[in-house]
Amino acid sequence: MAQTEESPIVLPDDPDFGPEVQVDYPGYRSTRWRVPKRPLVTIPEEFHDLAGPVFGHEEIEEHDGDLTRQHEGAPLGERIVVTGRVLDEDGRPIRNTLVEIWQANAAGRYRHQVDQHPAPLDPNFSGAGRCLTDDHGRYRFVTIKPGSYPWGNHENAWRPMHIHFSLFGPEFTRRLVTQMYFPGDPLFEFDPIFHAVRDPKARELLISRFDLDTTQPEWALGYQWDIVLGRGASGTTPMENL
Amino acid sequence: MSLPRTPSQTVGPYYAIGLSRKPQNELVARNAPGATMLIGQLIDGQGAPISDGMIEAWDAGGKRWGRSGTDADGRFSFVVAKPDAQPGQAPRLDVLVFARGLLRHELTRVYFPDEADANAADPVLSALDEPDRATLVAEQEDGALRWDIRTQGDRATVFFTH
Repeated sequence: MAQTEESPIVLPDDPDFGPEVQVDYPGYRSTRWRVPKRPLVTIPEEFHDLAGPVFGHEEIEEHDGDLTRQHEGAPLGERIVVTGRVLDEDGRPIRNTLVEIWQANAAGRYRHQVDQHPAPLDPNFSGAGRCLTDDHGRYRFVTIKPGSYPWGNHENAWRPMHIHFSLFGPEFTRRLVTQMYFPGDPLFEFDPIFHAVRDPKARELLISRFDLDTTQPEWALGYQWDIVLGRGASGTTPMENL
Repeated sequence: MSLPRTPSQTVGPYYAIGLSRKPQNELVARNAPGATMLIGQLIDGQGAPISDGMIEAWDAGGKRWGRSGTDADGRFSFVVAKPDAQPGQAPRLDVLVFARGLLRHELTRVYFPDEADANAADPVLSALDEPDRATLVAEQEDGALRWDIRTQGDRATVFFTH
C-alpha cells in the first residue's frame, strides 16, 4: 500500500499534549472519518455522576488471569508475568476494579475472524484475560509475549508488541482503554498509534518495565506496569468529596 | 503527590476477543417491568457503518451497565428500562463509544422520547441548540427505542468532555 497522505506517519514530539493523546492524529488513518470534528461539550460539574459499575468475583472464572492455562495444552511463545498497580493520581490504590486484557498470540495473530495475517493461530491460546485488583490495587496476569504484526495503515506498517488493557475505576467517566508495550521495541519509532501520545514522557508511561524480582525462576519473565487513572469528569477524587 | 495519568490508546479492531466474550447487553432482564430494546447504528463521517465499534451504556441511578459490540451493519442493541430521573434532570443513560480510529473513547448520552417535558427542562439537554439536542433523544420505532450515533457530519451526535 503506497503512502499517499501528505502528513508524515510520525509527527515530532510535543510535550504540550501531556497525557492527552492527539485524537485526530493524521498518521493513524482510521481517525479520519471516525473521530468527532466538533468541539466536545462540557457538562456543568454539578450534573456529573460519581458512580460507575462495580464488578464482583462472580465475573471472574477460573484461569481468567492465566492465559497459558485456558486450554488443554500450553500455548507457544515466551511465558511472561504481567503485573502492576492501578492507582489514582494521588497514588492511592484503586481496589476491586475490573481489568480486562486481550492480545495477539506469539506469532502476532489475534483469534478474531477479521485478522487475516498469515501467521498461525495457536489452538492453545485465546488471548483474553480478566481479573480484579486486590486490596493494594494490584492486578496480575500470566500470559505469553505477543508478537508484532502488520496492519496495513501505511507501507510496511507493523505494530510494536502490545497488550490491550481495559479498566473501569470508580467512576464511569474515568474509564480507560489503553495498550501496554514492552521495553526496547524497535518498532516504537515507526508507530503512529504510540506516537499519537505526543509527549515523550507520557509515551514512557505506556511501556512496561522488565523486573527480575517479578520473574519466576525456570518459568516466566516478569514485567511491571502501573496504571494511573485520571480524576475523571468531576475533577476530584472521591476522597476529596468527603 | 500527583502521578501522571496513563494515556489512552485505541481499543483497536479486535476488542471482541477480550471484551465481548459473552453477551452483556442487558441492563435489565428482558422480562423485567418496563424493559425495552434500545437499538441503533454507529455511523462514520462518510455515512458508512462502523462494524468494529463497541458501545457501553450506564444507568447511574439504577447502577445498571451493559456493553454491545457493533455488527457488520454497525448495529448495536441493549435491553434497557427507563432510569429514575435525578432531581431536576431528565432520565437518561450515559454512553461510551469505542472503536478502531478512536484513540480515546467518546462520552455521550441518550434521552427518552416520551419525556418531552423533562427533556425540555433538563439542564444539559436544554443548553444545546435544537439540531444538537435531537441527536441525544431516541425515537420510538416498532416498539423499540431507536438511537443512532454519528461520529461526524451535519447530524453528528453531541459528545461531551470527560
